[in-house]
Amino acid sequence: MSHSAKEAGGAGPSHRNVEIGFTLFMGFLGLLSIIGSLQVGIGWGAEGPKAGFFPFYCGLIVVLSTVVNLINAIRMQENGLFAEWPALWQVVSVVVPTTIYVLAIPYLGMYVSSAILIAAFMKYFGRYSWLFSIAIAIAVPAAIFFMFEIWFLVPLPKGPVESYLGY
Amino acid sequence: MIEDIANLFHGFAVVVQPFNLVLMVIGIVLGVIVGVLPGLGGANGVAILLPLTFSMSPTSAIIMLSCIYWGALFGGAITSILFNIPGEPWSVATTFDGHPMAQQGKAGEALTAAFTSSFVGALFAVIMITLVAPLVASFALRFGPAEIFAVYFLAFCSFVGLSKEPPFKTIVSMMLGFALGAVGLDQMTGQLRLTFGFTEMLNGFDFLIAVIGLFGIGEILLTMEEGLSFKGRAAHINARVVFQTWATLPKYWLLSLRSCLIGCWMGISPAGATPASFMSYGIAKRMSKNGKNFGKGEIEGVIAPETAAHAAGTSALLPMIALGVPGSPTAAVLLGGLLIWGLQPGPLLFVEQKDFVWGLIASMYMGNIVGLLIVLTCVPLFAAILRIPFSVIAPVILVLCAIGAYTVHNSSFDVIMMVVFGILGYFMKKTSYPMAPMVLAIVLGDKAEEAFRQSLLGSGGSLGIFFSNPLVSSIMVLGLVALFWGAISTGWARLRGQAATAA
Repeated sequence: MSHSAKEAGGAGPSHRNVEIGFTLFMGFLGLLSIIGSLQVGIGWGAEGPKAGFFPFYCGLIVVLSTVVNLINAIRMQENGLFAEWPALWQVVSVVVPTTIYVLAIPYLGMYVSSAILIAAFMKYFGRYSWLFSIAIAIAVPAAIFFMFEIWFLVPLPKGPVESYLGY
Repeated sequence: MIEDIANLFHGFAVVVQPFNLVLMVIGIVLGVIVGVLPGLGGANGVAILLPLTFSMSPTSAIIMLSCIYWGALFGGAITSILFNIPGEPWSVATTFDGHPMAQQGKAGEALTAAFTSSFVGALFAVIMITLVAPLVASFALRFGPAEIFAVYFLAFCSFVGLSKEPPFKTIVSMMLGFALGAVGLDQMTGQLRLTFGFTEMLNGFDFLIAVIGLFGIGEILLTMEEGLSFKGRAAHINARVVFQTWATLPKYWLLSLRSCLIGCWMGISPAGATPASFMSYGIAKRMSKNGKNFGKGEIEGVIAPETAAHAAGTSALLPMIALGVPGSPTAAVLLGGLLIWGLQPGPLLFVEQKDFVWGLIASMYMGNIVGLLIVLTCVPLFAAILRIPFSVIAPVILVLCAIGAYTVHNSSFDVIMMVVFGILGYFMKKTSYPMAPMVLAIVLGDKAEEAFRQSLLGSGGSLGIFFSNPLVSSIMVLGLVALFWGAISTGWARLRGQAATAA
């Protein structure tokens, strides 16, 4: 999806452009479903309808509806922003650390990566002191540890720090 | 009938066991917290906490999870009234009059009215479930694959016809949900499909991951964009205010009854609690003699949406228990829980799992009573949670979502998918694609497809099977009416408009 900036009037991508981009993206997912279904066969086999039968028609309906949505999106009156750039920047600055956090979980373990996320988030967005941020960042995963591992016996992924501590 | 009442009392006996009562209280408290915090709605909260129940008995598990749901329904009202922030979509209509009341220093009255109406709505719906669910289930026992598919068809068509989002966007969400549900191993032929060679996609997309991503992460992203700051009113709620408000409530009995009926109707059809609350508010505004004061702090404007929302939220469980078709995303998550605990949702539950079903129904009565007591006594506590700054709450919610997503299958790939669904959810919300149909389609995809293919197998590929007997035909016709409801009602309005101008 490309959110090309329309600099007319406000600072931010126009709602219409994002709407068109996202509609095309949804249509693309429908297309993927059609292609994948065609690969496994959409007709009748020995045991009745083949595996691709149902998802093929779902994909087809998505693509057809997307055409209608696209026409509606193009006809949309050109006014209103999707969001202003600073607001979008806020969104991105949550998505990026969250993605890094999620990718780090298998290597650092759930507890350590969670602690880093909480501390960084509080420091960056809340402008709290390091002491307070780190205190919360240690307290929350510790509480989660007792709740999940000890109380409800649900194991979470662990990394080098936990194995050093003997878990 | 007599047998059902005996079963219900047996259910009460199960529910009042001390362990289950403790779970009930924990569930309600967690539920209110979940309902109060942004990004942790009922569906998402239940999805995250579902893994905690894997080691419990199904009955205890459903008691705790359904209580989280009741708690979330109650909790939405607190933020709406005190902070003018709807904690849940169905409490948006409550802010219209609830927050003005709080600004006038009548927060206690507004909260008491909201909680009590919630309770009344829920109670009405539970009584309805108690009476109707066994009948529906015994009727549905005769359903073959074609009838089962017809019921799914009806459920999904009602989404398209009744939701306030553009119909073609609803269809796209729903059909993409079905396609996502189809990814992985095909249950009937054992063939792999739509994986495009990625081994991670072998097991398909779990709807719990979709729920946590769409509703949890998506909501956090929206909140970040809006840059919301909490500015709340203080809540003074004491026994005197509660009893004074209770004394005024009986005179609104007609309003309550109407809101209950709207809620039950909207809850059973999968349109859900949110449209029910708006509809009830709108009708109350038109019918009340104080209609012009609505929006300025009229107590009727709190009673109407809250009663309807709670009645709808509760009655959404009726099709889930009796037919295996959930009426709301949260009911869908509970249904997913049933599958995980090894129970087959649907009419057979009433025959094979009496303890479970009647335990659940009894817990609906008890849970709402316990819930009312807890929220009335603990409002200041819950309001204090909202004063925790968002920059502390947000990362904690992100962490909880990640843990919830991981524990479903102990898979790190699922956690990555959760973030993908979160970004998808943000854009869907911003461009008004509804998320509930997508979630329900992922949950029901396998079952709907199985019913569809079995029906076609029986008929040798002819779609005529869906109109082959009066029962299946009438369900299908109802579905078609629901599908084109938007077009039918505008057409009707236009016809009447023409008639009026001609006359």
